[in-house]
Amino acid sequence: MREIEFDVVVKAVKDMIMHCGTDLPQDTYEALESAMEAEKSPVSKEVIRQILENANIAKDEKRPLCQDTGLAVFFVNVGEEVRINGGLLRDAINKGTEEGYTEGYLRASTCEPFSRANLKDTVGYNLPAIIHFDIVSGDKIDIEYAAKGGGSENVSRACVFPPAAGKDGIVEYVKEVISDAGGNPCPPITVGVGIGGTFEKACISSKHALFRDLETKHKDPEMAELEERILTEINNLGIGAMGMGGTKTALAVHIESNPCHIASLPVSVNVQCHSSRHTHITI
Amino acid sequence: MATYTLTTPLTSEDTKKLVAGDTVLLNGTIFTARDAAHSRLVALIEAGEELPFDLEGSIIYFVGPTPPKPGDPIGSAGPTTSYRMDSFSPTMLKNGSKGMIGKGKRNQAVKDACVEYDGIYFGATGGAGALLGKQIRSAEVIAYPELGPEAVRKITVEDFPVTVVNDTKGNDIYQIGRAQYEVKN
Repeated sequence: MREIEFDVVVKAVKDMIMHCGTDLPQDTYEALESAMEAEKSPVSKEVIRQILENANIAKDEKRPLCQDTGLAVFFVNVGEEVRINGGLLRDAINKGTEEGYTEGYLRASTCEPFSRANLKDTVGYNLPAIIHFDIVSGDKIDIEYAAKGGGSENVSRACVFPPAAGKDGIVEYVKEVISDAGGNPCPPITVGVGIGGTFEKACISSKHALFRDLETKHKDPEMAELEERILTEINNLGIGAMGMGGTKTALAVHIESNPCHIASLPVSVNVQCHSSRHTHITI
Repeated sequence: MATYTLTTPLTSEDTKKLVAGDTVLLNGTIFTARDAAHSRLVALIEAGEELPFDLEGSIIYFVGPTPPKPGDPIGSAGPTTSYRMDSFSPTMLKNGSKGMIGKGKRNQAVKDACVEYDGIYFGATGGAGALLGKQIRSAEVIAYPELGPEAVRKITVEDFPVTVVNDTKGNDIYQIGRAQYEVKN
């Protein structure tokens, strides 16, 4: 059984959070550069230019890319042959989150649902983190992290369709969600589509789909084709960068699909703004 | 589409010449308020009580900035999604405010209030918080410090870049722009 020190996890998480707060990942930056080149609307082109200039300023001056520094979301694969020495893995991730958000001058955006009170006085700074655990073979811990903003989360939706809805039903549903959202989720967006499983499995899959590098297509050619079809349909909506009208509303569509009940076709659409701040580390 | 440089407070003369799609570089004093602050400000107006700042000609920026680093007036400060302020904005415009800065579409009541009271809804680039924060020269919390990032701040901006989304004639750049680039199947 391999042992990993509690503080090693804390530091790894803190470093990921501080880095993601100010440095736009390379895949996102490159996807935005391509979008600026391809965009036909001069207004949307200028918006994407500002987004890229913003990324340069943020990186050079270590300023947060966006004032919405998100809720901290993690997908953690824990090897069966590893244990944390000195505390619980969950506590280490939360401690790293608090330290990263505090030391990085990142905004604490967590609040109690009804009083809307900021929880930093009672629970911690931007805590608790949203953590999805899985157990895998091996003696390593793989931590995927994303800073998830509220504007794009607010337009996300899920629905359980009858099986007959099929691919056409899914395409129409995603189009409807993105069309209704317009410029609110800060396009050019990435769209995570969770298909199958149960209601919550589809939702979690749609979230995890957003962690994939933007240029990577689905391994299954049938799913890759569906991703491409949905992407074209979204870009045909004409929403454009920040809703100003244009040809590049989405940078990518990522699908994760699962086997599901014979009675159901769950579909979840999770939207990510242009500031797709995601990274991962293996310890 | 024209580019203008304007200094607050704005007058009807300033706002009536603006057309959806125009670029404006804003200068002067602007006030920040999000959901919780709007709720309190509108409650004060309805109760006939004094506000923490003068609404006449004011621009309200929907923003909750990140904490400033030592030596900086403010952290990153891009716009938040505006529809959450839709139920409050007509009251603000009716009582003298002339502009709002945010991102995303507004409801018909806000657009109608822009026409009736010569108001403008400006869009700033969402997610460009570092770039926009740099155009803010000073910031001071003037009300509701307990709201943290949602406190009301008096900020001074220099050539703060915005686009006219809704003008005083009822035009909406989101509708105009989208219609231009939509591909019908």
